[in-house]
Amino acid sequence: MSTKQTLVVIGNGMVGQNFLVSLMANDIKEQFDVITFCEEPIPAYDRVHLSEYFAGKSADDLSLVEGNFFADNDITIHMGDKAETIDRDNKTITSAKGLVIAYDKLVLATGSSAFVPPIPGHDRDGCIAYRTIADLDEMMAVAKESKVGAVVGGGLLGLEAAKALQDLNLKTHVVQFAPRLMAAQLDDGGADLLKSKIEDIGVSVLTSKNTTQIVDGENCKHKMIFADGGELEADMILYSAGIRPRDEIAVTCDLEIADRGGIVINDYCQTSDENIYAIGECASWNNEIFGLVAPGYAMARTVVDQLAGGSSVSFTGADMSTKLKLNGVDVASIGDPHATTEGSLVYTYQNGVEGIYKRLVVSQDNKKLIGAVLVGDASGYPTLHQYYSSDIDLPENPDSLILPARSDESVGLGPDALPASAQVCSCYDVSKGDVCASIESGCTTMSALKDDTKAATGCGGCAALLKSVLDCELEKAGIEVNTDICEHFAYTRQDLYNLIMVEEIKTFNDLLEKHGSGKGCEICKQAIGSILASYWNDYVLENSHVSLQDTNDSFLANTQKDGTYSVVPRMTGGEVTPDGLIAVGNVAKKYGLYTKITGGQRVDLFGARVDQLPPIWQELIDAGFESGHAYGKSLRTVKSCVGSTWCRFGVDDSVGLAVELENRYKGLRAPHKIKFAVSGCTRECAEAQSKDIGIIAVEGGWNLYVCGNGGMKPRHGDLFATNLDKETLIKYIDRVLTFYVRTADRLQRTSVWMENMEGGLDYLKSVVIDDKLEINDQLEAHMQHVVDTYQCEWKTTMADENKLRRFRHFVNSDKHDENIIFVEERGQIRPANIEERALALAEKS
Amino acid sequence: MGTELNQWVDVCGIDDLVAHSGVCALVEETQVALFYMPEDSSIFAINNYDPFSLINILSRGLIGDVQGEPMVASPIYKQRFNLKTGQCFDDESVQVDTYAVRIEDNRVEVNLHLTQKEA
Repeated sequence: MSTKQTLVVIGNGMVGQNFLVSLMANDIKEQFDVITFCEEPIPAYDRVHLSEYFAGKSADDLSLVEGNFFADNDITIHMGDKAETIDRDNKTITSAKGLVIAYDKLVLATGSSAFVPPIPGHDRDGCIAYRTIADLDEMMAVAKESKVGAVVGGGLLGLEAAKALQDLNLKTHVVQFAPRLMAAQLDDGGADLLKSKIEDIGVSVLTSKNTTQIVDGENCKHKMIFADGGELEADMILYSAGIRPRDEIAVTCDLEIADRGGIVINDYCQTSDENIYAIGECASWNNEIFGLVAPGYAMARTVVDQLAGGSSVSFTGADMSTKLKLNGVDVASIGDPHATTEGSLVYTYQNGVEGIYKRLVVSQDNKKLIGAVLVGDASGYPTLHQYYSSDIDLPENPDSLILPARSDESVGLGPDALPASAQVCSCYDVSKGDVCASIESGCTTMSALKDDTKAATGCGGCAALLKSVLDCELEKAGIEVNTDICEHFAYTRQDLYNLIMVEEIKTFNDLLEKHGSGKGCEICKQAIGSILASYWNDYVLENSHVSLQDTNDSFLANTQKDGTYSVVPRMTGGEVTPDGLIAVGNVAKKYGLYTKITGGQRVDLFGARVDQLPPIWQELIDAGFESGHAYGKSLRTVKSCVGSTWCRFGVDDSVGLAVELENRYKGLRAPHKIKFAVSGCTRECAEAQSKDIGIIAVEGGWNLYVCGNGGMKPRHGDLFATNLDKETLIKYIDRVLTFYVRTADRLQRTSVWMENMEGGLDYLKSVVIDDKLEINDQLEAHMQHVVDTYQCEWKTTMADENKLRRFRHFVNSDKHDENIIFVEERGQIRPANIEERALALAEKS
Repeated sequence: MGTELNQWVDVCGIDDLVAHSGVCALVEETQVALFYMPEDSSIFAINNYDPFSLINILSRGLIGDVQGEPMVASPIYKQRFNLKTGQCFDDESVQVDTYAVRIEDNRVEVNLHLTQKEA
């Protein structure tokens, strides 16, 4: 007989799953047989980011369960079954399907449900609670027959739901019972500004509206009737008016329930029965329900500690501070924003011109921060949150923290003022002390620091703070950060770009004469060669440019380890005709080349000697091919799935768009290579979200992702804009790419460029979408120039006898490099290894 | 073979060199990388074999200077070599051979039996 105790967890939501993961990371897991109930047909998923389901994320993307988590950990999960009653005397649970299970310890993680106002007509068809993935699927189905949507509830989740309706292309209304939006987190001033900003993006907001009944509409399916006599018609109604703890199972066994609902727990998350714990949104601690995940996770940790026999961890309330972006508006709330603390005082800053509202709530003695509200500009959140959470004394004039900086005087909490214990990164719990230790051990760049500490690698919200701690520590250590590109130019790549642009410099030698010293080197030549090619788009083997081209560019082919080259003809969008394929095959056969399909959906031909490149290209050009620029720091490929032309699930013509984009941007030289992909639907077969530029077809148009990367350090692309028509899409891509070409560091991919960009995605959006720098005309004109001056570099080369002379191994002999030796493997050639080469050379002589 | 003086080998015309860049010549059985810097009319000759990648490729490297010393960077793994002495800037234990080179009547001549310094 098993000596193990049976632990039953009821509910497999975010908190229930987090509890299981925490438990499995602890040695005490050996003492329990673990059984869990999951009422929904799928296990735990990320409810916080539900609206991303509409922006293209799948249920799998949202899942919080890794691999075979349950099987690997011997956890029995009863999926789609609901625990209905508890018999505390006999310590058993009975499920909806009739299972009876005995427990020793029980954890209730039943979560909450959306509050649906019990008014006449609340359950009409197309009136949906916004809570689960099943709800979302229903919304999508209803949305297809709807033009107008209304959200009941103007809190955090309600505004998220409004975003979802907008993504579904519905005219969207928010109906709020309270007199202001986000009533719990914001005061009137902050909420007023948020309302006007949300109205600016086309969502109408009605406050102080008490819906009394829902009846048949005249123009839409439903009509909501308000207590004040007003009405609103909508085809779909979403309820997101707060949560109700799911405490019904606790009611069945007479556990203590709080006055306002929720299962009462103590500091150790125990209910009124010592063998039963409750965690997450179903639990009521100190008469409070916590509708965020972080407190739920803290409760889960507390229970794991309890089961392990400890008492070191307890739940003593939670910091409900939050910073987020709602429909593009920055909103943050810290501590007690309503100044309900006795004796508290308030500072307010309002800027009607720029649409900014800030409010500070401070203690009676003006020394401590008690709460804050930020709307329109939440950049001060990290500093303010430090004052609040680390309980740091405020500066003499606390209002300096919210007033705009009008001079060089530094406002805000300098990183030097933070104690070593101050938390810099809340995702990975990294303190300032940890960061300083890492800097001391030699991590003196942002990327090294991120690798070492993990700080700023979660939500990334602390990147600016991390950077300022780094700069401050380096400054203190007397380390000056040298950003010169090399010893020949005392400039950054961006400086050099600007010099070339403003002074219209066309050659390396001119730039060296005017702004450099010495003869140059492999660093500045490559960088300047790339800038000149990006800006002027001249032929790279021009006499004045040829000596600037690095390894691959200088022979318009990819150098391999044995000194031979590989050849890649362009196959736009991965399309190739049978005749084209045969021509490529014939060339490969004739020259004995190794052939392989690349990740970019084209064919790579390996093992060509430098003297073979021109004849190979002559044959490829004759067959209708042009350079694939596989050798350049330039646009490589636009990968695509077959899209709506063939695919049963395709939403739009991904191949057509891929071909058009590849033809537009081919030949564009950039700080590093650029890869695109276009997927015809959200199944994302082209893996667009791992590309520099990724595009996904959705019902309303194209969604654009930027700055993704596979490779060494994978980065998920950022969703940049949604539902774009093709014209706008191309405009945005023109601008993003040109801005990247102008401002990135040498050999910096877009992903790293984005990681290092001050202001990040929001800043890039403000430049590209809002034209904050007023340079969009320039950016587009530049790209048009590149498009208009495109040439196939191989065609140009083939037409110039002088250029072709370089394509030989010896300047004074037609012999070949005898060091190049191939052996056969799997029916094709490969370079001989050192031993094989030595053997072959010995045989020859 | 005679004296060193008549071991100068005619290699190619000066027009065969590429300004600010390199070419490779076959001198007897040796691969020689020739680099031409027109700003001070200097020509350098070193062995074409890259001791790091173990292939004949140095003539295809980018050239320039390190603190005023002429330099070529291997196109494969980017180690830099002093064109005057053959010394690797990035690894003091590595050196490549250098050869004497001169221009006679617009022809480039190389002497494999003299180093650049000795010439």
